[in-house]
Amino acid sequence: MSPQLAQYLLSGVTIGAVYALVALGFSIIFNASHVINFAQGEFVMIGGMTTVSLIGSGLPLPLAMIAAVLLAALVGLALEKLAVEPARGAPVATLIIITIGASIFLRGLAGLVWDKKLHTLAPFSGSTPIEIAGAALLPQSLWVLGVTFAIVLALSWFFGRTLLGKAMLATSNQRLAAQLVGINVRRVLLISFGLSAALGAVAGILITPIALTSWDVGIMLGLKGFAAAVLGGLGSGPGAVLGGLALGIAEALSAGYLSSAYKDVIAFVLMLAVLFFMPNGILGRHSAERV
Amino acid sequence: MRWLASPRTGGLFALVAVIAALPLALSNNYFYEVAILVGLNAIVCVGLNLLIGYAGQISLGHAGFFGLGAYGSAILSARFGWPPLAALAVATAGVALLAYVIGRPILRLRGHYLAMATLGMGVIVSIVTATEDRWTGGPDGMPVPPLRLPGATLSGEGPWYAVVGFLVVAAVWLSLNLIESPTGRALRALSGSEIAAEVSGIDSARQKVLVFVISAVFASVAGSLTAHYSGFITPSKATFLHSIEFVTMVVFGGMASTYGAVVGAAVLTTLPQLLTVFKDYEMIALGSIMMGTMIFMPKGLVPSIGGLVGAAAAARARKAVR
Repeated sequence: MSPQLAQYLLSGVTIGAVYALVALGFSIIFNASHVINFAQGEFVMIGGMTTVSLIGSGLPLPLAMIAAVLLAALVGLALEKLAVEPARGAPVATLIIITIGASIFLRGLAGLVWDKKLHTLAPFSGSTPIEIAGAALLPQSLWVLGVTFAIVLALSWFFGRTLLGKAMLATSNQRLAAQLVGINVRRVLLISFGLSAALGAVAGILITPIALTSWDVGIMLGLKGFAAAVLGGLGSGPGAVLGGLALGIAEALSAGYLSSAYKDVIAFVLMLAVLFFMPNGILGRHSAERV
Repeated sequence: MRWLASPRTGGLFALVAVIAALPLALSNNYFYEVAILVGLNAIVCVGLNLLIGYAGQISLGHAGFFGLGAYGSAILSARFGWPPLAALAVATAGVALLAYVIGRPILRLRGHYLAMATLGMGVIVSIVTATEDRWTGGPDGMPVPPLRLPGATLSGEGPWYAVVGFLVVAAVWLSLNLIESPTGRALRALSGSEIAAEVSGIDSARQKVLVFVISAVFASVAGSLTAHYSGFITPSKATFLHSIEFVTMVVFGGMASTYGAVVGAAVLTTLPQLLTVFKDYEMIALGSIMMGTMIFMPKGLVPSIGGLVGAAAAARARKAVR
């Protein structure tokens, strides 16, 4: 493998891990409520921007990160309670417009509360690159990959082993049946928004030392995470991770070998190709619609 | 007097009256400018409403068609020196062809998947327009020559107002007639249940593609005219956010109501102009309007008011009977 290719793959996997976290957030909410939450990218922005501004006011990094994740989770809960819950049972178009409205609202609010400049964070553990196969790996990339891996493990434990996680799976499978066996479906919905907001915030914090953050960073990250979720199969957890990584690598390779100006287009071309030729995604459930 | 109560005659008559009387209230060029922008957006919304409101198919990428029309006109007339009307015709035909080609695979998708696919298409157009700076001037945009008609150049607020006003009436008339045609009935049927519509012999794919192409053509023509009218075009006209603004206008005014689309365009085009003092709060206001309308008034402004008026009339009629 040429060092150049290794370099592209390393940076692709790093950004892909972030897409995977955003895509997981989409999938969790979609499973619980069949809502596509277009405000998912704003959680990423809230995570990064809150951490930056708290560190600016003198808080140590770990505390600032915890506060940022908690704040994003609160915003997620509020979004479900105030905007999604009142419109339950509405048609898809209505729910899409509500979450897009929420994302524009949150972006406008962020522009007011903070500012419209670019911000960065110091890398968590220095910036001396580690050499692998002739390519340079930033220590921050290890943080991104390590934390994403830990989160994926924790989520698979949560959904496979805990009562609450199983209740969420049951709700996504058959809402009415879940309700009949005594699962509090409304609480499941609320928790899914809080959980995926927290995931988004973590992604936003991890990527800030590498890719900067600002009030409007949520649009592109949200849309790319969304493309990753579709790529892997909407609603599939392993699919979201696979889709995120595949998208990150495809983007890095096309930026390296084709054109850096068009790297943002790759995500959407891939998404359209998947939708046209295998609408269930790489790992999505095959479903038949009932009449 | 029955014809006055029907939307196809009475409503159209009222619309013509409003458009004809409005210049009395437009005391300066700035007001004219806002009115012209309202009209151009209304054309897009009337077309988009056919797709979203009647056929029940969402599109989050219509700013892509708007942008393609605008840049098609701009590039052909500015870079190649084509007569603007020919450029407009070719750009419109190009967009119609594109919508026809991508319409079939895209409209096979439903609900969320359709939203994602149209969104992806729109984002691709917006990135291409911002990147191909050799042709489009990149993120800074490009100047567009004025609209030359045979015999005269369209310039000044008055003539533009007349042309746009005429086109709005034409768009509404076309839309109202389409809705009452067999195609319109087929669209409403497949919006209710696609399977039921197909069972009763409607070729739903063909009807959906037809209305998709019509709505793309409306957006493209409005885009071309907007480019010529403002004399300048930037990629912001083709972005995801602009697509969302169009959808919001349709939904705010009232889905499945042609006049609702016009009212939605009027309110949401004028509002930011009135709120320029509060520029920082513009996004917060837009987001709140989108969420608030959907939660408290999911049918939109015009049908909700219509419902209230209808209910009041029914109550009066009941009293009279007693």
